[in-house]
Amino acid sequence: MGLGIDHRNKMAKRAAAEITNGMIVNLGIGIPSLVPNHLPDEIQVIFHAENGITGIGPSPEIGTEDANLCNAGGLPVTLKEGGSYCDSTIAFGMIRRGLLDMTILGALQVNEEGDLANWIVPGKKVPGMGGAIELAQKSKKVVVLMNHTDKNGKSKIAAKCSLPLTSPKCVNLIITDLAVIEVTEQGLLLKEVFSPYSIEDVIHSTDCQLTIAENVIWHEE
Amino acid sequence: MVKPFNKKTSFDKIKHLFTNEMTIMYGGFGGIGTPPGLIDVILDSGAENLHLIGNDTGFPDIGIGKIVCAGRAKSIITSHIGSNPVAGQLMTEGKLDIEFSPQGILAERIRAGGVGIPAILSDIGTENSFIANHKPKVKLENTEYLIETALTADISIVYAKQADPYGNLIYDKSARNTNPLVAMAGEITIAEVEEIVPVGKLHPDQIVTPGVFVDYIVVSEGVNWKWVWE
Repeated sequence: MGLGIDHRNKMAKRAAAEITNGMIVNLGIGIPSLVPNHLPDEIQVIFHAENGITGIGPSPEIGTEDANLCNAGGLPVTLKEGGSYCDSTIAFGMIRRGLLDMTILGALQVNEEGDLANWIVPGKKVPGMGGAIELAQKSKKVVVLMNHTDKNGKSKIAAKCSLPLTSPKCVNLIITDLAVIEVTEQGLLLKEVFSPYSIEDVIHSTDCQLTIAENVIWHEE
Repeated sequence: MVKPFNKKTSFDKIKHLFTNEMTIMYGGFGGIGTPPGLIDVILDSGAENLHLIGNDTGFPDIGIGKIVCAGRAKSIITSHIGSNPVAGQLMTEGKLDIEFSPQGILAERIRAGGVGIPAILSDIGTENSFIANHKPKVKLENTEYLIETALTADISIVYAKQADPYGNLIYDKSARNTNPLVAMAGEITIAEVEEIVPVGKLHPDQIVTPGVFVDYIVVSEGVNWKWVWE
């Protein structure tokens, strides 16, 4: 079940606020790809794609797409001035070497220790880990954008992930359609709530202990 | 007089190279940069029970996905099959053996195979049982690493923008991706290119794959991966 475009943009906009001037950022497919639309003009950021692009620019105008210039999700992109192309080993070399300030990606489950599961639902769906394992393990900051609950209403944030992990203890921040939750040494900290939901709604929809921040920020619609 | 440095050939003339049970490595990422004409030649050749190595399984109608969907593959070493539901289905039915390798490590294993290194050490996925199990490990200064073996193939197929008759290759934008690595790792390497230019026309500083790695060049009849976003 998908989220409405407004929910998606709301989450993308919140993720964009995590990006500061000069960062090198990798965006996953889906909602993370909407993040650049919400960046203020004064923020200069280098978007990295693991298929070998450093310095992705805005989406091309319809009719000007280049079949040989796509992001890792296969969507047409452009290159910013100063951008460059490289092969896959170099693209992943940047990741493993720790040069990425942030990766923003989707997830199937996250637990209270920041374990990430996003590559397999045994017996049902096996997309494979792709580049997520290296991005999650090696980026300085890992931001997850996902629905708070799955299509059966089950929390995707749990005390333990029931699905096989992509990478343990790697997620720093979780942004869902309901809330913004930080992964801390002491567990999950509820910091922000999206209207029209309440703190109680978030607690009710989350399958593990949440610490409530002193001043929870309320995002109006 | 035979021209030893003219590697240009036609799709028809190389069809016989593809045989049952062989290992084929392919360049490309999500179908972009996978040589479409060579994929069709493999289909035409009738070769089956193929062992494939490449970044992903493309889309059902794009890239290596066409070979997977035709049931011609016996096994595949790859990082992602999410854009080709048929691959997952064949795996579930036990008809396709899939080894998942983290994407960047897969690229390094291919590169290692291409440059004569038997294996690499990796700290990616050491705590992921799907990746770490059954792999030998080695300890260096108190950190445990996985030994990830190099990959080579009987035939490598790649896509490039330009070649000269010697097989020097230049790639185009993000269609480069795994192609320069795959180009080095084949016992035989075949490049499908947009254009063949005369010797001396490619700037030596811009050549990405030296022709020494390339055995055959064919001129592409056009790419087919635009539909992904159309």
